Amino acid sequence: MQTSHAMAEVPGPAPQALDYLNADYGIRSWLFTIDHKRIAILYLLMITIMFVVGGVFAAAVRLELLTPQGDAFEADTYNKLFTMHGIVMIFFFLIPSIPAVLGNFCLPLMIGARDLAFPRINLLSWYVYMVGAVFGTFAIVAGGVDTGWTFYTPYSTTASQTNVIPAVLAGFIVGFSTILTGLNFIVTVHKMRAPGMTWFRMPLFVWAIYATSLIQMLATPVLAITLLLLVLERGLHIGIFDPALGGDPVLFQHMFWFYSHPAVYIMILPSMGVVSEIVTCFSRKQIFGYTFVAFSSLGIAVIGFLVWGHHLFVSGQSAYAGMLFSLLSFLVAIPSAIKVFNWTATLYKGKISWDTPMLYVFGFIGLFTIGGLTGLFLAALGLDVHLTDTYFVVAHFHYIMVGGAIMGYLGGLHYWWPKITGRLYPEFWAKIAAVNIFIGFNLTFFPQFLLGYLGMPRRYHAYPEEFQVLNVLSTGGAPVLGVGYLLPMVYLIWSMRYGPRASANPWRATGLEWTTPSPPTTHNFEEVPVVTQDAYDYPAMEKKVA
Amino acid sequence: MSKLLFFLPEQASSVAGPVDLFFFFMVAVSVFFSALIAVLLVFFAIRYHQSGAATAPAAGVVVGPEPEHAHAQGAMLLEIVWTVIPLGLVLVMFAWSTSLYFTLVRPPADAVAMYAVGKQWMWKFQHPEGQREINELHVPLGQAVKLTMSSEDVIHSFFVPAFRVKQDVVPGRYTQVWFRPTRVGRYHLFCAEYCGTQHSGMIGWVEVMKPEDYQAWLSGAAGGAPRQTLAQAGEQLFTERACVTCHPESGEGRGPSLGGLPGAAVTLEGGGTVVADDGYLRESILNPAAKIVAGFQPLMPTFQGQLSEEQLVQLLAYIKSLGVKPAAEAPAPPATKD
Repeated sequence: MQTSHAMAEVPGPAPQALDYLNADYGIRSWLFTIDHKRIAILYLLMITIMFVVGGVFAAAVRLELLTPQGDAFEADTYNKLFTMHGIVMIFFFLIPSIPAVLGNFCLPLMIGARDLAFPRINLLSWYVYMVGAVFGTFAIVAGGVDTGWTFYTPYSTTASQTNVIPAVLAGFIVGFSTILTGLNFIVTVHKMRAPGMTWFRMPLFVWAIYATSLIQMLATPVLAITLLLLVLERGLHIGIFDPALGGDPVLFQHMFWFYSHPAVYIMILPSMGVVSEIVTCFSRKQIFGYTFVAFSSLGIAVIGFLVWGHHLFVSGQSAYAGMLFSLLSFLVAIPSAIKVFNWTATLYKGKISWDTPMLYVFGFIGLFTIGGLTGLFLAALGLDVHLTDTYFVVAHFHYIMVGGAIMGYLGGLHYWWPKITGRLYPEFWAKIAAVNIFIGFNLTFFPQFLLGYLGMPRRYHAYPEEFQVLNVLSTGGAPVLGVGYLLPMVYLIWSMRYGPRASANPWRATGLEWTTPSPPTTHNFEEVPVVTQDAYDYPAMEKKVA
Repeated sequence: MSKLLFFLPEQASSVAGPVDLFFFFMVAVSVFFSALIAVLLVFFAIRYHQSGAATAPAAGVVVGPEPEHAHAQGAMLLEIVWTVIPLGLVLVMFAWSTSLYFTLVRPPADAVAMYAVGKQWMWKFQHPEGQREINELHVPLGQAVKLTMSSEDVIHSFFVPAFRVKQDVVPGRYTQVWFRPTRVGRYHLFCAEYCGTQHSGMIGWVEVMKPEDYQAWLSGAAGGAPRQTLAQAGEQLFTERACVTCHPESGEGRGPSLGGLPGAAVTLEGGGTVVADDGYLRESILNPAAKIVAGFQPLMPTFQGQLSEEQLVQLLAYIKSLGVKPAAEAPAPPATKD
């Protein structure tokens, strides 16, 4: 709190200076904007709504699992709840979260560009997202969908009586928004870097977004094809996956996971990029092993394409294919481990301050480490047989996607909040929320590891009584976690009006985005910046101060 | 008694112990690395804490000379160490878990063949002696059981936590799972692959019995012994559906003789060979034109949609019971012959 106030400054030399927020007013100025910063805000608004919707579904799921009997909801309703929780959270929140909000806002600023390479395509990608959201909303309002977010065939093409086609089309359409964003970022990084911003001077967040964009460009089209084939089979009875029509149901799983496993890296890589930014700033040090962290992002992106078969160890895939996928899945853990070690080493002999973004980074490193290590359990053929399709898997991927990806997202949102809004958030409440989320998360999801080993299958509406104690613990953690997520929504919105004004660089961070005013002007830079230093030259900055 | 820890399911099969052992190894490695990172994180965060270092520059802090280059070599060494050690560890994990997996998926030679069919939302089992069960499977203690499984509708998954085995049950093909029960008792059977409304109701029990109790159960403790064994039921079908006219035991029919076929290599029309496993036999009944045996005409009609999964299994059992032509040696008991 105090430090925040201490940093509050008068807005700048000219109080009436136009920034991207007050350069224009009215709804049209937002809906037709081609400013990457405003588009980021449009995304922020949408994904926040989606996060709330997905969170409500999650709360309902946890409520049902409080008791062994299926008593809170009908079985069909429960099945729709977890399905829609997954679809909304993955396609409409997690995948766009960091790239489309923080990436959109920061990437051009960080490389010294005035906008993305294709500003209109950037706006188009938001509209495509909105069309996908309309289909998704229709699927929900029309009665929901119950296939699980994985849409496994032949259940989704023959058996399910629910709104499969609208839901699948929602995923199909929103995928194109991802492809367009990825394309835009890749071209921007290649063509729009400021003079002197060489590849190895780029902030690691840019590297992470770049690696993510590669995956988005190359994997998402496969999802589009797969979902289209699904629609063809369900709608027109063209046999592709259904054995009764001469198809192969396991083929769907191969195609689906060829996208959806890399999609996990779409969710976690940007978060890792955020961590690299924050960990250096709040320990006032250059990152340890810049090139290792940068290349590990690319390593994850490349190897991540070759591990999809680990979702099929018990699907009837050949044992030798399983072996290969197992080995590759073990190998993809190495670049992640390298990142964790390098971040930890960065702290050594730093000047560490415990500001909110850094608290999220501590949380991220701890939870991601557990999530990553439990991933090894699932890469192990002989053990995965017992664990797959149980709550162990549910716990594992929530440690990665919630403990990892969302912690990183919130860390980044707080870190760049002064830049985005020009206001400081209340540090005291932000710290409370960060600690609250960490505790609530572990209370909710750690018991699920134990449930999984005990043998509770996932997607169970009712369950045998011996699983109840752990389920009650898990459900008990959920409200704590929920409060943790509500707090930032309240105080961040509050801060937009009442927060103290932020200086251009409240964290004394390196990076070009901090050389612009807070909030930046529409064109970001008055003149094109020239880069003469490596990223994260905190030692030089500290020397200047001394 | 068998519950060592509250989150450990009972160990009731020959593989449960080895799987748990590997699990504990993984837990140990994970705890070590999580603790290492956590301790370092907390220690550094406290030891080097400097409140407001990012927001308000502390006056008069003297920063020493740039340490980066002086320690470049040490840094490289660290990078190598924390790449190579995890790499070595994951390779150990890979080797161990893969050998475990091959134990899990390769049924031993003495395994008894039983059959399972999954459908929304129940499990149906058939014993070689002809008993049929729904949502319950009785098996003898110590006897390896090989389940050949198929589905009538969507994908299901056969999961017995106490046995540490799981295998998806996929429509249109056979999948296999095997286990050797090592403890008498009733154990949960779950469907582990989401299959619709009553997915969580598609559960049952595997009941492991002492061999003598199992024999008593087989011979009618539960409502009388069945009229026919599985193979006999298959033989009856074989006659009723007129399979026998083209596939007579004499081997002189329009179709190839089936005696001694299962497990043998079959030469196909147009070159190539195929091993006559369950999947091949299934395909040859449902879609006979897919693979034609060398020297024969594609005359056989399809039986797709005309045989239930259970009937298919009966036919398979019958074909497996046929001796090598023409009765050169006494056929082995159908149960163990495979």
